[in-house]
Formats: sequence, C-alpha cells, structure tokens
Amino acid sequence: MSERTKKRTQVADVDRSLYDFTYSEEGYERYDDGLTPDIVRAISEKKDEPEWMLNMRLAALDTYHAKEMASNWGPSIAGLDMDHISTYVSPRTKQAKSWDDVPDDIKNTFERLGIPEAERESLAGVGAQYDSEIVYHNMREEVAKEGVVYTTIEDALHDPQWEPIVHEYFGTLIPPADHKFAALHYAVWSGGSFVYVPAGVTVDYPLQSYFRLNAEGAGQFEHTLIIVEEGANLHFIEGCSAPKYYEANLHAGAVELFVKDGARLRYSTIENWSKNMYNLNTKRARVGADAKMEWVSGSFGSHVSYLYPTTILQGDRSSCEFSGITFAGATQDLDTGCKVILNGANTTATVDTKSISKDGGCNTFRSSVVVGRRAANARCSVSCQSLMLDDISRSDTIPAMDVRNATASVGHEATIGRISDDTVLYLMSRGCSEAEARTMVVGGFANPVSKELPLEYAVEMNNLIKLEMEGAIG
Amino acid sequence: MQHQLLRVQGLCAGTEDKPILHNIDLTVGAGETHVLMGPNGAGKSTLGHVIMGDPAYMVSTGSIEFDGTDVTDEAADKRSLAGIFLSYQAPVEVPGVPLYSYLRTITQKRPELKMTARKFRARVGEMAEQLDMDSSFLTRELNVGFSGGEKKKIEMLQLLLLKPKLAIMDETDSGLDVDALSVVSRGIEAYRAECDGALLVITHNTRILERLTVDRTHVMVQGRLVAEGPASLIDDIDAHGFEQFEHPQANGSGE
Repeated sequence: MSERTKKRTQVADVDRSLYDFTYSEEGYERYDDGLTPDIVRAISEKKDEPEWMLNMRLAALDTYHAKEMASNWGPSIAGLDMDHISTYVSPRTKQAKSWDDVPDDIKNTFERLGIPEAERESLAGVGAQYDSEIVYHNMREEVAKEGVVYTTIEDALHDPQWEPIVHEYFGTLIPPADHKFAALHYAVWSGGSFVYVPAGVTVDYPLQSYFRLNAEGAGQFEHTLIIVEEGANLHFIEGCSAPKYYEANLHAGAVELFVKDGARLRYSTIENWSKNMYNLNTKRARVGADAKMEWVSGSFGSHVSYLYPTTILQGDRSSCEFSGITFAGATQDLDTGCKVILNGANTTATVDTKSISKDGGCNTFRSSVVVGRRAANARCSVSCQSLMLDDISRSDTIPAMDVRNATASVGHEATIGRISDDTVLYLMSRGCSEAEARTMVVGGFANPVSKELPLEYAVEMNNLIKLEMEGAIG
Repeated sequence: MQHQLLRVQGLCAGTEDKPILHNIDLTVGAGETHVLMGPNGAGKSTLGHVIMGDPAYMVSTGSIEFDGTDVTDEAADKRSLAGIFLSYQAPVEVPGVPLYSYLRTITQKRPELKMTARKFRARVGEMAEQLDMDSSFLTRELNVGFSGGEKKKIEMLQLLLLKPKLAIMDETDSGLDVDALSVVSRGIEAYRAECDGALLVITHNTRILERLTVDRTHVMVQGRLVAEGPASLIDDIDAHGFEQFEHPQANGSGE
C-alpha cells in the first residue's frame, strides 16, 4: 500500500471531512439563477464559441422548455427548482497546467481529495473541474507524443485541428432531444473533457477527470467526449464529489464514448455527490466491431439519481461488461441501472450490479436489454443482487427485454438478501464486533466491483462503505 | 485439580418457544480435554453455541463463568476475545472476503497476538503447510466453494492462529473422509501441544478421540448431562451405545 492510501484510510476512518468542506465563492463569477436565452448567450460568449455551438445551445434551450418534466418516472424531482439553480459559476482563474498556478483554496480542495498525488503516482493525465470550469489540465509528455489528446471541449473548439472533430461527434450519441435534462445540458454545458486516442495507441496509465461542485444552489453540466480509434486502448476514470448544502444542487452531465473497431475502453466512476444533489446524468457508448467497452461504477452520493449508462454494441463481435454498485442511505432515492442495445452479430454483454440499502434508503435497478434483428447469436446476461440492511429500506428491480432475433440468448437474475444472523455470529465468535462483522459482509458484497478499480479507488470505495456503515448498528 | 477455566452452573437454555438444555453443570479445567457425547438431537451443539454466546438461544437460569469472569450476558465477540473458540459443524460462507485478510483482521483484534505483516505471513504459511492446505486457499473467499473437509481445515487454521484457552469442537469430525480426519486430528494435537489449550470435543463418533488423551467424558441425553466419567467411558459407549443412559430422569421436568 502506498503512503497515500494509508493517509487516506486514516482520514476517511475518522470523519467525513474528506468530502464535506467548502470554500467561499466570494469574487466568483456567478450567473443569475434560472434559464433564459441571455444566460445561454452569455455562457457561449464567454467561451468565444463557434456559431454552430451557440445555435445548438439555443435550440436545446427551446427543446428544454418544450419538454414536459417527467412526472411518472422514478423518484420525485419536485425539490429541484430550476429558477433557483445557477447554471454557471466560475472561479476567477484561468486553466492551469501546473498545480502551483491554481488558486490556493481550489488547490487545497483537490489536494485533500488526493488528486495531485494520484497524478504523480498512477495517472497519465488529470483534468480537474471546480464548479463550471476546468481549473487544471495536464497530461504526461510521453502520452502526448503518441498523439493522445486530453483537453477540455472548450480548448478543442479553439483548435482548428480538433474543432471539426468535436463538431462531427458532439451531441450525436446523446442528442439534445433525448430527454429534458439532456436538452438542459446542451443549453448550458460547461467544462468536461475531450479525449482522442489515435489508432493502435495503448495508454498505459489511466486518465482521470475529477468534478467538484463547491457552489451552493448551482448546477454542473460538464461534457465528456471520448474517441478511441481503431485498435486503441484507454482507461478513463471519473470522480465526483460535493460538500453538503441545504439547497438543491443539480448535476446534469453528458458522457459520449466512441469506441471504434477493435478498440477497448474502460470507464470507471466513483461518485460521491452530497445528499442534496439531483444527479440526472446521461452516459452512452457506441462500440465498433471486435471492440470492448467496460464500465465500473460506484455510486454512493446524491439525493436523487437517474443514471442508466447505455452501451450500443453496433459492430459484430463487440462486447461490453458493466459492474456497478449503488449505496443508498437515509434520504437517498437512487434510480440507477444499465441499458444495452445489441445490434451486431455475435455480440456479448454482461451486466453485474449490486445495491445496498440502509436507513430507509431506496434503490431501484432498471435494466433494459434490446437485441436487434441483425444480432444473430447475441448473448446477454444481467444479474442484480441487492442487500438490505434493515426493514425500513427499499430495493426494487425492474428488468425490461426486447429481443428481436431468435438465435439470441438473454438471461436475467435478481436476488435480494439480508445479512444472515449465522454470518454475524460466525464473525463475532472470531472476535469481530457486530458492527465490524456487518461492515465486513457489506465490503465482501461490494468486492467484485471494488476489485475492478485501481487500488487507490478500491481503498476509497471501501472507506466510503465504512463511512456509510458507521452508526448502522443500534 | 487444575485452575477452573470454564464453569457452567445450573444452566437452562433454549429458543424462544422451546427449552433445550436442562440444569447443566459442567466444569473444564485449564488445559484439560473433555468429550461431550450423546445421540443426535441431545442438545450437544446447543450447549456449544450457548457457551459461545449465540443470540439464537436464551439462558433462562444458571450461569457461565470463564476464566474467573461471569460471561453469561456477554456477546460472542467479547467471549472470543476472552479466549473461547467454537469450531462450527458447518462453517459459514462469507462471499467477497478474502481468507487471508480476514485472518489478519481477526488476529489484529487481539493485542497478545500482535505481529508484523511479514511475521504474520510466515506464520500463516507455516500453519497452512502443517494442515496440508494449498496456499492458493488463502487468496480465496472465506469458506466459499470449499469442500466440507477444506472448511474444517480453515477452522483448524483459525484455531491455531488465535490460540484460544478453550476450543469447542462442534462435530468437527462429521462428514470427513479418513485423510481430512487425520488433518483435523493433527490440528487438534498441534493446538494441545503449542497452546496447552483446553478442549471440549462434541461428537457422536469415537474415531476422532483415538489420538487424544481424554481427561473427562460427559454424556448428554435429551438436554441433560446424564453421566460423567473417565476416558474409559468412551469404550463403554463404543461397546454398548447410548441406550444405557436413555432412561427418563426421576427428577426434573422432561419434555
């Protein structure tokens, strides 16, 4: 274990301060609450965008206003009042390539989250977003030499080499009309990442973007666009957190992933939004022939989540694996899941999700599997395991399948369990306290997902479980 | 007489709706080996679980004293840390918890077993060898997917690691083939030799006892201890079975 993971363990074991701290936003540029064409124009002007982007934003704003708020889907989002959400808050700082050039309070934030250290030890590149803007972006030189691009969408739009590529891909996998919050995203998006991995290049270490929402009553709308060309290989990590406020915060990001023929992309997420966050996020991947998409996802935070990463297995013999865990405690209602669309022949998908509910938390798992007419011999298995830690929590599983090819095989398996008294006794009779015994069982339950994460993140996830389990007894 | 390690006095216990143990008196001295025999369903395992502190059973009267302290109301983890160990008939599977890190966790709970990570690794390796355990077992999940015999080896490994003052072997020999039985016997011998610990062996089969020097034998029938004697009582049971003890007791409330 590195020094860093040890330190983290100590911090996280004693209190929640690892995530729950704020800095004043005095002197920040904060746009008025609510949504008007003027605000959208102001954001676009500030970013000095090409005209097509401004037009896309304005059209998306119209779409947003035209679409009804979903009223019959999942947990209520009535507590989210867009008239009281500021869609753009920017620290008065320019994007830096060196942590020394990042203002102290913001630098401290990311240092407490362990980002600069992780960058030195185990990452190929890091992007750090604070509220609406990326404040730090850097990538190792040797990776850049291979032609890998890791930057912000804003910067890519100002580069004549990359502007046409962004134009070609941006908003094509998740169109603005997809749903109301996708439209909102495209109207006010800011920050996020643009990654381009040229054909045949393997990036040995992961790239990581970290999203921190510090401002109260604000929204974060980052856009992640990743293109992994033919035969290339990338691991991308996304982390998010925010301090706790009484007012609602909103996260409506969009992640568009293009995995070309024979390529491989692993997309890992550790999400720990504070429990006043509405996390209405959209993620989608399109996968070419013989290519592979892997999702690893740990969701601990937010008040309400709607999150269903989607994989479109377009090319023949393409495959995807999804491993996810959600942890819902008091005041949390997490509606999560996974969608897979198998269009190519001989495509395979494995979905393995786990959920833990305690203290009245609600977990809903939705899976949607669609097998197209062309998808001969497609195989898909979905497994969902839920662990309930008490009688007041809730866990639901809602599978949907639409199979249009007779040679396809689709399986679904769901189990809901509790921690058995026998297991607790067994561990107690070897000296573990009841709380330790239960934490051990929950950690073991989460292990198949956490072992897919790089060590530091697995440690962070285990610490989050410990934090959530504290006080779970009695 | 050795220092009295375990003293059970007038113990009556059972589940919420069913009394199982009646007026049990049992004393085990430090370092002694006791055998508890009896037909199936006599309540032998229940007594083992009640001494360990299984909350599935309630003690209505009587007391359990261990090492000079009344532990009747203590939780199982406190009893474990005080030095009581129960080897289960069917060890529980705990998915996702690697055996090695589990062993490290339960060792670290005991200040008297404090050792460096390196020494711990060496110690576990040594014991695995002693018990004919493949070292790949250690990276697998606790009891998950192991055969009955392998699970018993993992129980023996924990016994040798934790060095309890009293080990209760609940039908540790049941369902084992000859090889596994010999490994378990070796584990028990090593425990006796290295820790000088006391043993309470619960069994209805005398084969595991062939290699043990037994100090006292107790016979349980229908939740009562009906006979107690020296090691030779085992041969008697071997020859004549339990029928000689299966007469309703004159005093007490039978079921």
